[in-house]
Amino acid sequence: MADAWHLSAVASLVESLDARLLVALRDGSNIIGTLRSFDQFANIVLEDAVERVVVGRNYSDIPLGLYIVRGENVVLMGDWGERGERAAVEGLVEVDNAEIIRAREADSAAEAMKGDILKRMDFLDE
Amino acid sequence: MLFYSYFKTLVGKPVTVELKNDLAITGTLVSVDQYLNIKLENTRVADEERYPHMRSVRNCFIRGSVVRYVQIPEGCVDVDILHDATRREARGA
Repeated sequence: MADAWHLSAVASLVESLDARLLVALRDGSNIIGTLRSFDQFANIVLEDAVERVVVGRNYSDIPLGLYIVRGENVVLMGDWGERGERAAVEGLVEVDNAEIIRAREADSAAEAMKGDILKRMDFLDE
Repeated sequence: MLFYSYFKTLVGKPVTVELKNDLAITGTLVSVDQYLNIKLENTRVADEERYPHMRSVRNCFIRGSVVRYVQIPEGCVDVDILHDATRREARGA
């Protein structure tokens, strides 16, 4: 076990300790936080975490505080830096939390309606 | 451990990893472990418009469980060696 641990890519996350990371989760959300701890399942602890929500051309960071993420929900973790931050928001406009939450709800309602209409049109395919 | 061993031989090669959420990431393979977790460097995402937050990520760790496909460069698999290794592993050697 010790050997496998030593050789693993999970172990190479050591290099990312205390770095600011973007963590993509299985539900499609994106968390940005400072990596403070991890284990072989990629369970992670993020400090000063924020959820970055992007809807169309608007974005906002919703503060989350200290976050423990269960490994199975992790899709990927990417290095995030000052330079990275600038590239990520290029062409986007920052709005406040309440506004982005409203925009996200409107967006998912529109998606749901689209799905509903498509479902009702199903009979046309037959 | 056959696929783990095989992936280790691909370290340093450019690969494209397609995830179960349809995100496709191209980059240089840096490391891989027994769960087939993957680390990539100099990554590029195929559909940046849909994933704007990925524009700033250049190095990333991908959890093995979310990987659907790994595309490898042509000529990076010696079928005969893999074939032999498979038989050896099946015999439990």
